[in-house]
Amino acid sequence: MKLDAKIPAGPLEKKWDNHKFSLKLVNPSNRRKYDILVVGSGLAGASAAASLGELGFNVKVFTLHDTPRRAHSIAAQGGINAAKNYPNDGDSVWRLFHDTVKGGDFRAREANVYRLAQISSQIIDHCAAIGVPFGREYSGLLSNRSFGGAQVSRTFYTRGQTGQQLLLGAYSAMMRQVAAGTVTVLPRREMTDVVLKNGQARGITVRNLLTGELEAHTGHAVLLCTGGYANAFYLSTNAASCNVSAAWAAYKRGAGFANPCFTQIHPTCIPRSGEHQSKLTLMSESLRNDGRIWVPKAKGDHRPPNEIPEAERDYFLERRYPAFGNLVPRDIASRAAKTVVDSGFGVGPTGQSVYLDFRDSIKRKGADKIKEEYGNLFDMYYQITDENGYKAPMRIYPAPHYTMGGLWVDYNLMTTIPGLFSLGEANFSDHGANRLGASALMQGLADGFFIAPATVGGYLAAGKFEELSSGDKEFTDSARQVHDRLNRLLAIRGKRTPSEFHRQLGNVMWNDVGMGRSEASLKKALKKIPEIREEFWKDVVISGADKDFNQPLEKAMKIADFMEFSELFVRDALERKESCGGRRGATTRTSRTCRCGNIRARTRRPPCTRSRSPSRTSRWRNGAINKACCRPRENL
Amino acid sequence: MTNNSKNFSVTVRVWRQSGPKEPGKMVSYKVKDVSPDTSFLEMLDILNDNLLKAGEHPVTFESDCREGICGSCGLVINGDVHGPDEHSTVCQLHMRRFKGGDVITVEPWRVKTFPILKDLAVDRSALDRVMTAGGYISAPVGSAQDANAIPVEKDKAEEAMDAAACIGCGACVIACPNGAAMLFTGAKISQLALLPQGGPERARRALGMVEAMDREGFGNCSNEYECEAVCPKEVKVANIARMNREFLLANLASKR
Repeated sequence: MKLDAKIPAGPLEKKWDNHKFSLKLVNPSNRRKYDILVVGSGLAGASAAASLGELGFNVKVFTLHDTPRRAHSIAAQGGINAAKNYPNDGDSVWRLFHDTVKGGDFRAREANVYRLAQISSQIIDHCAAIGVPFGREYSGLLSNRSFGGAQVSRTFYTRGQTGQQLLLGAYSAMMRQVAAGTVTVLPRREMTDVVLKNGQARGITVRNLLTGELEAHTGHAVLLCTGGYANAFYLSTNAASCNVSAAWAAYKRGAGFANPCFTQIHPTCIPRSGEHQSKLTLMSESLRNDGRIWVPKAKGDHRPPNEIPEAERDYFLERRYPAFGNLVPRDIASRAAKTVVDSGFGVGPTGQSVYLDFRDSIKRKGADKIKEEYGNLFDMYYQITDENGYKAPMRIYPAPHYTMGGLWVDYNLMTTIPGLFSLGEANFSDHGANRLGASALMQGLADGFFIAPATVGGYLAAGKFEELSSGDKEFTDSARQVHDRLNRLLAIRGKRTPSEFHRQLGNVMWNDVGMGRSEASLKKALKKIPEIREEFWKDVVISGADKDFNQPLEKAMKIADFMEFSELFVRDALERKESCGGRRGATTRTSRTCRCGNIRARTRRPPCTRSRSPSRTSRWRNGAINKACCRPRENL
Repeated sequence: MTNNSKNFSVTVRVWRQSGPKEPGKMVSYKVKDVSPDTSFLEMLDILNDNLLKAGEHPVTFESDCREGICGSCGLVINGDVHGPDEHSTVCQLHMRRFKGGDVITVEPWRVKTFPILKDLAVDRSALDRVMTAGGYISAPVGSAQDANAIPVEKDKAEEAMDAAACIGCGACVIACPNGAAMLFTGAKISQLALLPQGGPERARRALGMVEAMDREGFGNCSNEYECEAVCPKEVKVANIARMNREFLLANLASKR
C-alpha cells in the first residue's frame, strides 16, 4: 500500500489556505445531486452533516442510538481548546500547534495539527453563534481555564459538561438541516459494511436495529465518524455501544489502520468494585490541580487513610516528578499509579487503587471553595462508591479512555479507499501518541464543521461516478456476507454469554497489552486472543432471531469485531520497540529507545518539531487474521 | 473482590412485551448474590446473562454512557421515575438502595407519545421532531463573528446553561399526569431566548416548537411540578413559564 498524505506544498502557515483554493468546488445547483452518507452522529458526524447540509448536499446520517443526541461525545467533561489568546497569556496558533505535536510525542502529522490550531478559534466563534452557553465572566466575555497541565489558559468550557453542550449544539445545527430537507437522520442503524465499486466507496450496508433488516444505501462519499475503540479493553470510560465495527469493516475492505496500539489511559477514574462492573467512570483530571496522590509507604497497610501519618505516606508523583508533581501528563500519572499498585502498595478493598487526597487543599482553601470547584465530582464519586471524598481521600485508578490510533487518513481526511473519509476519534492524524486534554472536542468539530465540507466537496467535484443502484451485485454480495455472519453467530447456541467473552478478552488486553506491556506479555496475548476468538465462535450463546430487535445479537456482533481487531492492536504494539500510550518494557529501556516521546525528553529536552519515528499503518491482507500485515510507513 | 457476605438476593418484576403490537405482562425473576456496589443496570445485566444461559431471551432495555449524561436509560422502578434517588438517572442508581428479599417492580416509560418497542425500550423520537421544529439558531458555518463580539451577561449565561443541561431522557413526560413535554421544550426555548444569539428567531421558535409539541400529542402543563421533581438535571419549571411568555408574545406579534 502506497501512502500519500497529500500534504500541500508551501509553508505550514499557508498550506490550508492554499489547499482550500486548489480544491475544486461543486456548483451550488449541483450539490443536491450528490448523496453523502455520514456514519455516526457525535461531534464529528453531526457537525459534518450540518455543514454539508448547509451547503446543499444531500446527506444521510446513520446512528445506532435512538436519537443522534446520545453519541458519546456527550460525556466529555473538561473543555475545548482554542488559540484565542483572550487572557493575553502568550498563546498563539503556533503555541497550540507546538503543544499538540509535542504532547503527542511527535507522532502527529504536523500539517494537520497546524490546520487544527488555525481552525480552533473559528470553532469557538461558531459554537457561541449557535447558542452553546459557554462559561462567562461578569463582563459578559468568555471564560478560560488552564487544563491538562497547559501553561496558558486556552480552554473554553460549559461547566463540567462541555462535550454535552457542544454535541447538542452540533445536533441542533443538524436538526435545522433536517427541517430544511437536506439531512435525513436514520437512527437505530448499525453500519455493517462499506460497499466499494471500481475501488471507490459508494455505499454502506446497515442493519436496522429494530427490524433486523439489512439496508443498502448508495452514495458518492461515505464519512465514518464512529469514534474510538477503547472498549476493546472491556472496561473503559466509553459508553457501552462504542465499538470498532465500522472502522473494522472499512479495514477489511482495504482501508489502512494507523497506530492501533496508541491508547490513552486516563489517570483519574473511579476504581472498579467487582466482577459485575460494566464500565468505569472518569472524573475530570482538574481534580489533580488540588488533590494529592499517594499510597502508604508500607505494603499491605490497611489502616484507614486518615490514620496514616504524613511520614508514612508516599506522594509518589511529587517524589518522582518534583517539577510537575501531581500535574504530570496523563500517561505518566497513569503508569506511575499502576507501578505502585503492581508492586503491592495499592489501597482499597481490591488493592487496585491509589488515594487522591484533598485534606491539605481543604485546609488551605476551605471546604466551601473546594466544593464550589469540584462539588459535582465529589457528588459523582459519592453516588458510585458511597464514600465521602471531603472526609477521607477518594480512591482512583487509571482506565482506557481515548484511542489516538484509527483509520489512516490523508490531509483531506480520506482513507486509503477513495471516497471513504474518516473524521474525529475514528481517524488517527492529529493526536500522535498521546492526546492533550480538551483537544478531542476541538478535533471532532474542526473535522466536521470546517475541514470535511471543503475536502469532501473537492473530492466530489473532481471525481467521476458511475451510475449505480442498491440492487447492484456489490450491494447484494455485501448484504449476503453480513447476513451469513449474523446467522453463523445465531446458530452457535453455546453456553457462554457475549459479555463473558468480552470480559475475558478485556482481561487479556488490560493485563498483557495495556500499560507497561512487554514483549513477552504481548506474545502471550497474541497466543491467547485467537484462542478466545475460536472459543467465542464455538460457544457463544445468543437467543432470538436476526429479523428482530435483538440486543444480544448486536452485542455479539461488536465483540466478534473486537476479537479480530485486538489482534491487530497487539501486532502493532509488538512491532514497536518503543511504546507510546501504553509503555512497553521497563521505563528505562523505553526511554532510550523512544527518542522523542520519553519522559526525559518531554520534561527536560528542548522542544523539537521534527518527527523522528514515523507513524505506521497496517493493512489487512488475504482476509486472514494470522497472516502478517504489511506496515508501510509515513514520514510525518 | 467484593465482600460476598454483604451480597443479597432480590426479585425483579419486569414488564415483558415482545413487540410494539404484542400484549405485555409482568414477569418475576430472582437475581441472587447481588453486591450492594452493583448498579441497578448491572443487576439487570446479571439477570440478562442468567436468562441467556437458561435459554430465554434477555430483557430489552436501553442504556449507554452509564454516567448519567447520554439520556438513553429510563425506567420506572417501584413507581418512581428513574428510581428512588432524587435528580438522578437509572444508571446512577446502586443496589445499596435495596435490601435482600426486596421485590422490585420495573416498568418502561408509559405514555402514548413514547410507544413501547420491546420490553423496557420505548420510542422517544417525538422529542427529536419537536427539536426539528425550531430548537436551533440559524447560523451557518462560517458566518460567525468573534465569539467575544456579543457579550452575554454572566447570570443569563448561567441560566441558559441550567436549561441547556437537559439530557432528553423524557422523564418529565412520564412524571407529568398530562404527559406534557413542556419541561423539555421549555428548557430549549429558554436556553436560546436567554442568549442574545437566539434573539432574532425567538418568536418563530416558540410558535414552531409549541405547535410541534401539540402535533405529537403531548399534553399541557397544569402546574403539578412533577417534572421538576424527577428531572435528573434539575431543570426548573420556570422554563415552562418562560416558554409560555415567549409563546404568548410570539402570538401577539404574529401576522399569521
